[in-house]
Amino acid sequence: MDQNLEAVPEGDNMWLFMRDVRETMKDQTNKVVSKKVENVSLVERFSSRRNAVGSLYLTATHVIYVDHDNKRETWILHSHISSVTKLPLTPQGSPLQVRTKTFLSMTFIIPKERDAHDLHQLLVQMCQPESIEALYCFRYSQGIEDLPREAGWSLFDLQTEFERMGVPNETWTMTLLNKEYELCDTYPRYLYVPTSAPTNVLIGSSRFRSRGRLPVLTYLHQNKAALCRCSQPLSGFSARCVEDENLLVCVQKANPNTAQLVVVDTRPRINAMANRAAGKGYESEANYENTRFMFAGIDNIHVMRQSLGRLLDACDLKTPMMGAFINGLEGSGWLRHIKSIIDAAVSIAKTLEDGSSVLVHCSDGWDRTAQVCGLAQVLIDPYYRTLHGFQALIAKEWLAYGHKFTDRCGHIQIDPKEISPVFTQWLEAVWQITQQFPAAFQFNDRLLLAIHDHVHSCQFGTFIGNCQKDRVDLRLEEKTYSFWGYIATHMNEYLSPLYKPDLNVGFIEPNVAPQTFKFWRELYCRWESGLHPRESLSDLMVAAKSHLNSLDDHIRLLHKRIKLSEQKLGAPINNGVNDNKNKNDSSVLYLTDNRLSYSKPLQNEVNLKLKHNIDYDPLMNNHVDVDKTVVGIDGHRTWGCLEEKRDSFDSDGQFLEDGNIDTLIDELESVAIEWKSVRGAKECPCSTPLDFATRKSHCWRCGEIYCSRCLDQWVTLPGHMSQKQSPVCRQCYRVIVKSNSLESPE
Amino acid sequence: MEFIELIKAPTVDNVVMRRALFKPIEGTLCITGHHLILSSRKEDSEELWLLHKNIDVVERKLSTFGGGTVAIKCKDFAVINLDINATDDFTNVADSIEALANIDVPSLSYPFFYRPMYTIVEDGWTAFSTEAEFSQLVLKSEDWRISQVNKDYAVCKSYPATVVVPKSISDEDIVVASSFRQGGRFPILCYRHENGTVLLRSGQPLVGPAGRRCKEDERLINAVLGPGKRGYIIDTRTQTLAQTAKSKGGGFELEVYYPQWRRVHKPIDRHHNLLDSLSKLMEACNDTSCTMDKWLSRLESSGWLTNVASVLNCAALIAQSLVQENTSVLVHGSDGTDTTLAVTALTQIILNPDCRSIRGFEALIEREFLQGGYPFGTRHFKSCYAYANSSARNPKKTYAPTFLLFVDCVWQLFTQFPCSFEFTENFLITLVQHSYASQFGTFLCDSVCEREELDLKNKTVSLWSHVNRPEVLTSYMNPVYEPNSKVIWPSVAPVSLTLWSGMFLRWVVDQSPTKDTWSTITELKEKEREMKREAIKLRKQLLDMEKAIIAKRASESTTTTTASS
Repeated sequence: MDQNLEAVPEGDNMWLFMRDVRETMKDQTNKVVSKKVENVSLVERFSSRRNAVGSLYLTATHVIYVDHDNKRETWILHSHISSVTKLPLTPQGSPLQVRTKTFLSMTFIIPKERDAHDLHQLLVQMCQPESIEALYCFRYSQGIEDLPREAGWSLFDLQTEFERMGVPNETWTMTLLNKEYELCDTYPRYLYVPTSAPTNVLIGSSRFRSRGRLPVLTYLHQNKAALCRCSQPLSGFSARCVEDENLLVCVQKANPNTAQLVVVDTRPRINAMANRAAGKGYESEANYENTRFMFAGIDNIHVMRQSLGRLLDACDLKTPMMGAFINGLEGSGWLRHIKSIIDAAVSIAKTLEDGSSVLVHCSDGWDRTAQVCGLAQVLIDPYYRTLHGFQALIAKEWLAYGHKFTDRCGHIQIDPKEISPVFTQWLEAVWQITQQFPAAFQFNDRLLLAIHDHVHSCQFGTFIGNCQKDRVDLRLEEKTYSFWGYIATHMNEYLSPLYKPDLNVGFIEPNVAPQTFKFWRELYCRWESGLHPRESLSDLMVAAKSHLNSLDDHIRLLHKRIKLSEQKLGAPINNGVNDNKNKNDSSVLYLTDNRLSYSKPLQNEVNLKLKHNIDYDPLMNNHVDVDKTVVGIDGHRTWGCLEEKRDSFDSDGQFLEDGNIDTLIDELESVAIEWKSVRGAKECPCSTPLDFATRKSHCWRCGEIYCSRCLDQWVTLPGHMSQKQSPVCRQCYRVIVKSNSLESPE
Repeated sequence: MEFIELIKAPTVDNVVMRRALFKPIEGTLCITGHHLILSSRKEDSEELWLLHKNIDVVERKLSTFGGGTVAIKCKDFAVINLDINATDDFTNVADSIEALANIDVPSLSYPFFYRPMYTIVEDGWTAFSTEAEFSQLVLKSEDWRISQVNKDYAVCKSYPATVVVPKSISDEDIVVASSFRQGGRFPILCYRHENGTVLLRSGQPLVGPAGRRCKEDERLINAVLGPGKRGYIIDTRTQTLAQTAKSKGGGFELEVYYPQWRRVHKPIDRHHNLLDSLSKLMEACNDTSCTMDKWLSRLESSGWLTNVASVLNCAALIAQSLVQENTSVLVHGSDGTDTTLAVTALTQIILNPDCRSIRGFEALIEREFLQGGYPFGTRHFKSCYAYANSSARNPKKTYAPTFLLFVDCVWQLFTQFPCSFEFTENFLITLVQHSYASQFGTFLCDSVCEREELDLKNKTVSLWSHVNRPEVLTSYMNPVYEPNSKVIWPSVAPVSLTLWSGMFLRWVVDQSPTKDTWSTITELKEKEREMKREAIKLRKQLLDMEKAIIAKRASESTTTTTASS
């Protein structure tokens, strides 16, 4: 009886089946296998079980490991690979450790040293191309999704977002000074600045700020308090700039509540002071009137990079003991850093809420500044806690204001010192808040994971480049797909079942006691399925929610059918003697009919919403106003025929002719009353294992559970009142298509 | 003794109560024989009703302006501060509470005075008898019998009157064997898996420095294995501790005399170490203003989660031997009344689906802890706050949070398998609470024998009588429970175990996110059930109507045909 670290004797496999990633990567170019190595064994990390033996394939985009015995495949996207390391030779062969930016770590033992060497060489080349044009997104094409390339690129633009906040207005205006990126090449074209600030002040200030990143508006609160961001001033030990000082006065004055402006330098004071020696630094209080200065003490990108390294080491301990793990967690400082970001964001949000404007900067104003500004807005504005708003926030705070995604994520070969998990930290900070306010967030943590995956995957053009100008120069909108377009057509997957719109109001102030912070196991240990709960409550809730939608739709149909049948039963069949007596009856029926025709336009609206693939759930009152979202993408595959159907339904009035009991049975059979429990679901009928990381979906017709690859058909179920499309398995799809074609003989 | 002698200040006005997470309340403090009551006498504000038994330690902070603050630290980890203006009142209140909280006479405790306002349908005192619990087993298997050898508690004071032993061993042999085991706790059956392997527990063998042996004991435990088979003895102490015990008259089974058994040490912290661990944990939990590093380092050095991991690990190991290696297991530490019981009970939860239902879990607590001789009276007399306060320490009593550690492990299992348990987290918290201070007699005293002496069965109400009333029971029902007949193998990796925030942080960190999540789940599940019923009902109605229409048509067509003809 050896000490077993993990008491899971069942066939529970520790490693992943990267379904979700793979599902979105139906890439034609992938078919070419450039290298294949047989008899590769995979080292089991947490148990003494025998290593699996399988084949390793190298394609133009992925490394694929197939474990034939357990019918398991692992797909690793080249751009996800963070490191490939050759470990010391063992008697079995040459071990090759592959770690990814999504925190998967796999060690393969390759029988021939030569193969290992080749693989290592190839992978190192492929995981970080030399030029940005070689990235995956330029080759990726959406397979069966049929989403037009331009879909999603126009979903979020800065102007719409500022209009939402009521800007421009009398105190804030849009300036075209940066139209051709002449003022600051890492800022967006359109900048929002105080109306009172003259051009020379803006230009002067931009010259006095590191990389020209002058103070600009990023968020205007309802109470007129403004959140502005910039980079550090080039103050050195004594330099000052009248224009910059004036600009800050203009910012102050734009806020009618108070004369005070709070300037938050997110760095530790000592770092800010050190920068003075390099001619940079921080604002001297003596030069800026009515201004309160604060340091937030968030460490720089290098500290964060090392911290993440240590955190992963703690997760990776060979013989994990509780004490060592907590020690490792503490030693990594990771949660301390997360807390410092949240602390800063909370204090900024509070200041705004109290009516004071805040100006935030760090050194260049694109890392820590983006973190705390973004988070403060999540806390203060309920809109940013919705699915749509959260994307808009990323588009604004991170993409438009120039977070260097390509450098920080190491998309291409660059100075490794530029790589830092700044965005990962921000996602975690958001996740920590969602843990405290589950009902206030419309999206679930799958969205955060999906964003994290695709920030690194380079599959979509959205996160490529270091700033807006880069993306324009690369013509990404024409050449690549947008991640937002992808999300817009998959929104159902990212809605949180815990969301209560009526609880998503106002400022949420999280508890920042260290005890409330959790280790985000679902991200950092995501692929070790043995470490996660074996029964997932969120899977269960998601399933229950979809089931409710299906049942509700079905019940509405049943009510309607019953009403029709009542008419038939009560209605006069032969127009003989009872004519007079029946008139009363029919007037009653007429009333009912009227009510129905009143509700019909409403019904159409519902259908319109459904078109956007959103779970409309009148019961839970949880539908999303995203009509605007999807304008222009019209993502739904069979929307055309849906429209047709709806029309026929409208003209039809009662969608069945005289009671045909077979049709009725078809209707009833098309909706499953009982759904298989997700608890016991271990495998899709296609023998794909369903573990923690895989999405488990029900066929709405038969109620069985499938993996998302098997559940790719969407049809209108005859048993549903709305003409909304529902996911069904292939078998049920055939049944429904067949009966549809029988119904319409022409 | 009359309570009135101890109560120096029955009521004090203008006392301000301060607690974390709550707004301060000003009101009148009343001290009764069993309760501390604070009420503002306003309609909407909350009242405090605190059992003196729940009070772990009373700390006094004198104010320089007269009066002071009485800090009441409870066994359920709450800390309540009472600000009292007058110095006399302050001293009187503190003295009274301290005296009342330290009464150690079970017959004066609240359960003897408590009368329920409802009629008891099923008496919890008689709901779980050994005979009933093991009747199936004794019927099914040839090898076991229910023995009355301990009917007057002479053989073993901490065992129940009836125990399950191998059929082939006579009561006389058992009496001899019991003299060879600590506290007379001879090996008895606690669980038999469906494959025939069994889980036994006992006290340590009294081998002593001379290396004594006892043939009856050897026969007794070998009878379990059958010829040629091997078994494991899990010793919950370290090897060193077991060795030291030998020099004090205890020890471990010597290999020469027990050749069929292999001994494995799976050390779990006990008594003072565990209490120390909990005390450090609570100190860390209550300091919500410290830095992240300090919190994590205190959490680590408390070692509480390490203890959780080792109990789970040990139970999983035993489960593995029973199920996968087909090997029977005997568990003991020194007394066999603490960690032994935690481990054997937890093993059963992993293996036996019945133990994951509410009733089954109650039966398990009853079997393994209450009848198994876990000394609740002694162990739960005080808790970690008293331990931390050296002046309040009571050297005579060995108090320890082993039961709490066990429940924490159950909670860890619950978080990993939230659909496999019939009860909720709240049920576990309630159980722990009642085990420390309660209006029910269930957790009084140290053993079945003591409970009988005090006639608790007739003089107090059982917790199970209360919990098992349908209206109470439903509140503890897990909305997502689906009976799971399988073994639930837990992950014991460090990242899989988390601090039980609903228990240890509930007085300092708002637990409403968890509560809200569960109420959403409940709503969803209820709605789903309701709509399923509705859909089925409507379908039936519709089909019936359709049939009626067809029938009507048929009859009409016949009438029209007859009319026209």
